[in-house]
Amino acid sequence: MAMKMSGEVTLPASRDVVWAKLNDPEALKACIPGCEELVKDDDTHFSAVAKIKLGPVKATFRGKVELSELDPPNGYVISGEGEGGIAGFAKGGAKVTLTDAEGGGTLLSYEVDAQVGGKIMQLGSRLIDSVAKKYADEFFAKFAALVAA
Amino acid sequence: MSATGIGASVRRKEDHRFITGAGRYTDDINRPDQAHAYFLRSPHAHATINRIDATKAMAMPGVLAVLTGADLEADKIGGLICGWMIHSKDGSPMKAGPHPALAQGKVRYVGDHVAVIVADTYAQARDAAEAVVVDYTVLPAVVDTATATKSKTVIHDVAPDNTVYNWHLGNKDETEAAFKAAAHVVKLDLVNNRLAPNPMEPRAALGVYDKGEDHYTLYTTSQNPHVARLVLSAFIGIAPENKLRVIAPDVGGGFGSKIFIYAEETVCVWAAKKVGRPVKWNSDRTEAFLSDAHGRDHVTHAELALDANGKMLGLRAHTIANLGAYLSTFSSSVPTYLYAPLLSGQYNIPAIYAEVDAVYTTTAPVDAYRGAGRPEATFVVERLVEKAARQIGMDPARFRQINYITKFPHQTPVIMCYDAGNYNASMKKALEIADYKGFPKRRREAERRGKLRGIGFSSYIEACGIAPSAAVGSLGAGVGLWESAEVRVNPVGTVEILTGSHSHGQGHETTFAQLVSDRLGVPLEAVSIVHGDTDKVQMGMGTYGSRSGAVGMSAISKALDKVIAKGKKVAAYVLEASEKDIDFKDGKFSVKGTDKTLDFGSCALQAYIAHKFNGQDLEPGLKEGAFYDPTNFTFPAGVHIAEVEIDPDTGVTTVVNWTAVDDFGVIINPMIVEGQVHGGIAQGIGQALLEGVIYNKDGQLVTASYMDYTMPRADDLPSFKVGMTTTACPSNPLGIKGCGEAGAIAAPPALINAITDAVGHEDVAMPATPKVVWRAAQKAVSKMAAE
Repeated sequence: MAMKMSGEVTLPASRDVVWAKLNDPEALKACIPGCEELVKDDDTHFSAVAKIKLGPVKATFRGKVELSELDPPNGYVISGEGEGGIAGFAKGGAKVTLTDAEGGGTLLSYEVDAQVGGKIMQLGSRLIDSVAKKYADEFFAKFAALVAA
Repeated sequence: MSATGIGASVRRKEDHRFITGAGRYTDDINRPDQAHAYFLRSPHAHATINRIDATKAMAMPGVLAVLTGADLEADKIGGLICGWMIHSKDGSPMKAGPHPALAQGKVRYVGDHVAVIVADTYAQARDAAEAVVVDYTVLPAVVDTATATKSKTVIHDVAPDNTVYNWHLGNKDETEAAFKAAAHVVKLDLVNNRLAPNPMEPRAALGVYDKGEDHYTLYTTSQNPHVARLVLSAFIGIAPENKLRVIAPDVGGGFGSKIFIYAEETVCVWAAKKVGRPVKWNSDRTEAFLSDAHGRDHVTHAELALDANGKMLGLRAHTIANLGAYLSTFSSSVPTYLYAPLLSGQYNIPAIYAEVDAVYTTTAPVDAYRGAGRPEATFVVERLVEKAARQIGMDPARFRQINYITKFPHQTPVIMCYDAGNYNASMKKALEIADYKGFPKRRREAERRGKLRGIGFSSYIEACGIAPSAAVGSLGAGVGLWESAEVRVNPVGTVEILTGSHSHGQGHETTFAQLVSDRLGVPLEAVSIVHGDTDKVQMGMGTYGSRSGAVGMSAISKALDKVIAKGKKVAAYVLEASEKDIDFKDGKFSVKGTDKTLDFGSCALQAYIAHKFNGQDLEPGLKEGAFYDPTNFTFPAGVHIAEVEIDPDTGVTTVVNWTAVDDFGVIINPMIVEGQVHGGIAQGIGQALLEGVIYNKDGQLVTASYMDYTMPRADDLPSFKVGMTTTACPSNPLGIKGCGEAGAIAAPPALINAITDAVGHEDVAMPATPKVVWRAAQKAVSKMAAE
């Protein structure tokens, strides 16, 4: 099921700080909901393990994360593909753009395009949009706290 | 009529065990030391399998085996088959792609079987499935019925344009001529929505292998265990028939979906030998949505030609039928010979031509579901007929009446020869019960409350009692469609009926016993019905297409005739009279013109002790068998009238009245028949208002649980008004036509005709959910405001 979502958030830090954190696996790991492992394979590739819960389905997804279209400190595309075993699969990406916010700080805008399939889809299709929104909110709340620190 | 004989509303004998939890379903059957199977299913609609790595899974606790398509191939286990050959217009055979029980190189729908994990417990098997690594190359999905042939994605190499066949029936030239001569032409585009069958009991299987005897037993949720054994033996190659016993014990509903031979039972019985232990599988509800064969899924353009007086001249239809990713057991016959021969409806239509293109898509296989082809045909005919009446401004009941067939037998232009019926009698009775005359008043009253009220008809016909073996053979069927029976009279006069029909909710243990009680004059309790076990029952063809009454009971009737004839011979010796002077009535043999009698039980005893006759003159015993091959289909028909009220603000449709007048021929048990009518209407209303299988464009099944797939509930339904008319069926000895599918066939067009009547236009698709109806109602509301 294709899922599209976009939004923006104002972060209380400079673009350079935000950019650095967006490329820091430890920072990302701390912010991605359910992320148990995020290991840097090289500058633009990571291996990830995350627990995702969607309605009645809870599964551990293992997969690869790739950064592309890098334009420091203005943004990148972060994309990934994960297998959740019998729970199904998830793949997709987000285009992240950083600009200076009015009144200081950095405005981060994102456009997400994701697909899920298998059991997670069969049982959770009606929940995907709301769960994705919740995950995004959680991510940015933590990320905002992290860049402010 | 006796209190327990033909025509009596006897309470169902089997219900006591069902409602007290004493039923014995496949999942209730367990064997010591049994292992459990979990099927790893494809999360992708279409993909190439590059590699399956089960190393890690094999090392997990309790795991006995991880088996794949390669193991099937190594054991020379054949693929699942489609048992009805359809030829295209050009004479070429249908394009049947391979259908392995476990994927070999490719998966073709979400839920397709990739591997089976067998372990000590179900939980262990499921956990191990997590550890099986499958490397897929994902291919594009093909989902849409109407455009499947235009896709560049090839699902089966044998069908490069995803076409299974291009089939036709009827006379094209005569039909074209009829349309040229027409005063009115009525056109309609229709979608018959895809349905999930949803029997209350999901599918299950238990495979057992006896090493000492080199013998297999399969317990499975089947409507036709003998057909399952035949296919598993002769085509799939599990074991010869004498080494394979198939038992279908209590089965909790089928609606067609348990006719077919699926991957899971094939794998369980095969795996039982591989792991050396019995192997059990029980479907969960989402697996049922994913892998039970779906129903319907047609896209049709249809046209009706009328003369200036509103008489029908011709009908033509072009249908695209989605058969899913593989050809299921009888799938090919459903949109062809179970569909187009019903396009004449109850009407005298001189010329008919139908074209059907069957397509592959990357979705679950589609096969017979309650009605199978006939609901699709009735939806086309009755929607078209209703629109035609509206288009020419004639009352829809009147329009039907002037076009009804009134002389029988009636040969339609599309194979069928209707043997008996009185369609106008059903219409008259239905109009009366529904108070059709009072409808305009009810509509005005509803309008005052801001509601849109509509009324819709369905003059359905179906072909049941499938079917004369030679006839279906000539149309491509791989089997004969007779039924068998054995009547075993015990020495004490109790009776066991062994039938090839299978009861999975129909109440055979009651109705079949009523026939025996009626004919032999024995009490109902003295009759047991034995079915569903290939070791107990002689070869049989099973239950589907409302055939158990017309065909199954006719076989019993024929065997009962033989028992009575044999009993007369025995009685003649015992009563010391000539055989031709022996009468049999109300359970007693008597000598004409005397008071000498022998009751049935005593006759049975005499037959077994064989003291009164010489074994050379008469064989001892009282046991007879019969195979009954029907001489024609049977043609149940009737009129359903639906009345709805729509709230234009919410789009909610309330079914306020439902009238069903059916002609099922002779009825054995009116209460059971009425129950079948109720259930059928509920399913038909479900299709029309609520149900619909949805795949998204990636081929993911969106409706895979009851959160997203809506079944009809009691509060969606009115109290049905059921009436009967009767013309006995001349084509079988009991005059039975069959009643199992009528409601599901009749209901959808009646309901959509009522909704389209309420909103004043034809643009209402099934399922007519509040969203669909709200949109449709807005046009009506703006029209009302303008007036």
